[in-house]
Amino acid sequence: MPKDHEGIGAGTKRREDVRFLTGAGNYTDDINVHGQAHVHFLRSDVAHGRLKKVDTAAAEGMPGVIRVFTGADFEGVGGLPCGWCVTDRHGQPMQEPAHPVLAQGKVRHVGDPIAAVVAETAEQARDAAEAIEVEIEDLPAVIDMKAALEEGATKVHDDLTSNLCYDWGFVEENREAVDKAIKEAAHVTTLELKNQRLVANPMEPRVAVGDFNRGTGEHTLYTTSQNPHVIRLLMGAFVLGIPEHKLRVVAPDVGGGFGSKIFHYAEEAFCTFAAKAVNRPVKWTSSRSEAFISDAQGRDHVTKIELALDKDNNFTAIRTETYANMGAYLSTFAPSVPTWLHGTLMAGNYKTPNIYVNVKAVFTNTVPVDAYRGAGRPEATYQLERVIDKAARELGVDPIALRRQNFVTEFPYATPVAVEYDTGDYHGTMDVLEKMADLSGFEARRKESEARGKLRGLGLNCYIEACGIAPSQLVGQLGARAGLYESATVRVNATGGIVVMTGSHSHGQGHETTFPQVIADMIGIDADMIEIEHGDTANTPMGMGTYGSRSIAVGGSAMVRAAEKVINKAKKIAAHLMEASEADVELKDGQFSVAGTDKSVAWGDVTLAAYVPHNYPLDEIEPGLEETAFYDPSNFTYPAGAYACEVEVDPETGKVEIKRFAAADDFGNIINPMIVDGQVHGGIGQGIGQALLENCVYDESGQILSASFMDYAMPRADDVPFYDVDHSSQTPCTHNPLGVKGCGEAGAIGSPPAVVNAVIDALHSGGHKVDHIDMPVSPARVWAAMNA
Amino acid sequence: MPQVSMTVNGKPASGDVEGRTLLSSFLRDTLGLTGTHVGCDTSQCGACVVHVDGEAVKACTMFALEAEGAEVATIEGQAAPDGTLNAIQAAFQEHHGLQCGFCTPGMVMSAAALLKDNPKPSEAEIRDYLEGNLCRCTGYHNIVKAIMAASGQDVGAIAAE
Repeated sequence: MPKDHEGIGAGTKRREDVRFLTGAGNYTDDINVHGQAHVHFLRSDVAHGRLKKVDTAAAEGMPGVIRVFTGADFEGVGGLPCGWCVTDRHGQPMQEPAHPVLAQGKVRHVGDPIAAVVAETAEQARDAAEAIEVEIEDLPAVIDMKAALEEGATKVHDDLTSNLCYDWGFVEENREAVDKAIKEAAHVTTLELKNQRLVANPMEPRVAVGDFNRGTGEHTLYTTSQNPHVIRLLMGAFVLGIPEHKLRVVAPDVGGGFGSKIFHYAEEAFCTFAAKAVNRPVKWTSSRSEAFISDAQGRDHVTKIELALDKDNNFTAIRTETYANMGAYLSTFAPSVPTWLHGTLMAGNYKTPNIYVNVKAVFTNTVPVDAYRGAGRPEATYQLERVIDKAARELGVDPIALRRQNFVTEFPYATPVAVEYDTGDYHGTMDVLEKMADLSGFEARRKESEARGKLRGLGLNCYIEACGIAPSQLVGQLGARAGLYESATVRVNATGGIVVMTGSHSHGQGHETTFPQVIADMIGIDADMIEIEHGDTANTPMGMGTYGSRSIAVGGSAMVRAAEKVINKAKKIAAHLMEASEADVELKDGQFSVAGTDKSVAWGDVTLAAYVPHNYPLDEIEPGLEETAFYDPSNFTYPAGAYACEVEVDPETGKVEIKRFAAADDFGNIINPMIVDGQVHGGIGQGIGQALLENCVYDESGQILSASFMDYAMPRADDVPFYDVDHSSQTPCTHNPLGVKGCGEAGAIGSPPAVVNAVIDALHSGGHKVDHIDMPVSPARVWAAMNA
Repeated sequence: MPQVSMTVNGKPASGDVEGRTLLSSFLRDTLGLTGTHVGCDTSQCGACVVHVDGEAVKACTMFALEAEGAEVATIEGQAAPDGTLNAIQAAFQEHHGLQCGFCTPGMVMSAAALLKDNPKPSEAEIRDYLEGNLCRCTGYHNIVKAIMAASGQDVGAIAAE
């Protein structure tokens, strides 16, 4: 049987930690292929312009230079594909511009790659890149989204009709009912806000190493990816024309992703292409400065939301209009974020009968925007929870009571925005929060703060998330050009040890620890008999990878299905060995037994028989014990939670300090509570970063002003407190075998509104009638709002 | 190219370097000690912290030649020869003070430098000291907790305020 600290529900310590703590991790930049050359990309330093000349002659003569590539080398090679096509309000497909690997004709954002130098060393490549002569005819930069949509605005893409990617209405049929409900409402609260642009900034910058084997014609790409199979398919099929059986993609230890390592990037295609062209392995390691202008960025929504209430304060309608920045090109899943990952969440935890969401996605001369931790769901939660707070203030009612009054209480619940929540207990989760956050003691704490000359505020937030986007048939109808299943192969070895090859990818989530906990429980063996393989297309079944808090709910379910197949076959073998009927065989604590008898046979005896089939039912089943399953969920999962933040505002400076933060989450069943706590902590840290510190800023010429850690304020240890987290409120998911929901993004979704609500509350307590401050709620903005 | 020699984790190490070669590059590329990570190019992130003559140094801010003759300690030399984790490493595992692991070597080396000078730091002192070490995964909660635990402090009742 599994040791007590190893099964489902145990806070098992992570096995991967030992290699990370001793410097023995294997990150992509740690991989050096014999004979490798290095690449440096020459990137545009202007936001928008026509390429008049790219002269590489001088660079080609520089020491160590092997070859210089420009856009011309990629004519006839596919562009980077977009993985999701959104259909607009009028039934038309979105405008989808070309996205060349190296710029052709125009540059469209600061950082757009123009040329690439392959040289013996990274330093030589960099030196030579400086010798490339580039002449660019400047064009006006399109930065502001509303200006980009004005008549006569400069177009980012000359061949499109405008800078509008799509104008999406959801649900279009609800529109009139929503307009009517708002017109007839007893009260309407309106709020205009920005969800600012963020940079994901996983601590490991991106790296790509391309390798080509002349002998076999096989390409290998080592890359910092959350989903190596997706990269193999997109790059192989759409960009370079390499069939999957000639292309291996390896994503080894990956130093965080947060969404930004989902996407297929130009540098991956370049290194794969160039390795064959120069007949040398080619390596690119991004600098942090480069990451700020080449990694897909996040959020960047400008929204107007209206919340209608009847005379009894019941929510009757929500209407939103959002401008969503796509940047200069469509990153892999960019179109889905402001639409299907945002509009479908606008009901939140509430039974609002009428909802209409309008989203205009806009091209600008900025770095492309795509999914960042939460992806659409933080944007939905932020606007909803901010407008509810404002409504409570306008109506003079308690913000918790207003939320509770409107909670969905009966499940399953079909929202007016096309999704069906399977389970939840929003009152129960709020009960947990009220207790853990000691909300009844807040007034005393406020007085204590006031005695020290500080304004104290309490901010509440509730969120609903949708994880494990599925089923594939549905997402296909919504425009996804991919399936959203997950896969696993469970390979049992002759002596009973197990290797699980999963399509999920771990880049901090701890799958190497949690996935074995599940198998250990199912079979009743020690978790250290189980190993997890992931991140290499050569030894894992086709999988969709890790994002959207999907790993345990979808990847874990695939693993359970494969393990069930293994156990069923093992029972047949055990039945044969015990000369019993298969129907009577039970598996418990690693022993097969026959009900009502003393017959038993150990797991290891059965696995040995599978591979040494001397006494074996060969006429019924094949030797061996290895099964694969693909799991396509029937619905999303819906984690939900209630968060409370207490801040102190210094009225002299406007500086905000977070004093307490409490998070009550319902993730359904929990595999490893220690890891779940860690996921929530990290999400809250990022959410506090968004609320108080982080801001990706472009000036009107399209220069990015926050392009290093000197200027982009990452949350540091002294910006955040200890967090109180609790996930004892558990309503298991009803449609996956583990009853799990997913926990990776919750903290980042739930925390920004709680922080901003707390700041606004603090200001009101000091007599400052401030309705709203856009994030980041910096001292300058708070001070300005207080002194307006 | 000039040659540089130093002691790394107690063993002599030398190699040819350019004048512009950073200590971080020398450790990673010449010596193959890839546990020292490079997460930025402005000396902000702290993933590359090592000890040079007992002081915590960001290895990306120092030329390899500046370490001529120095005693350098990296993450690879922190565990006992039999693999037993040191007290800080063990506390990071016990308290889940790491997720993706990329900032971890720098965090462990910074924590070691802190505890050398301040064996029982307060929460505030730890948070202040870690200003030069960025982590994007943990929200710092379990890192601070692990360092407190490594210094022998009771972390059982950690909560806000």
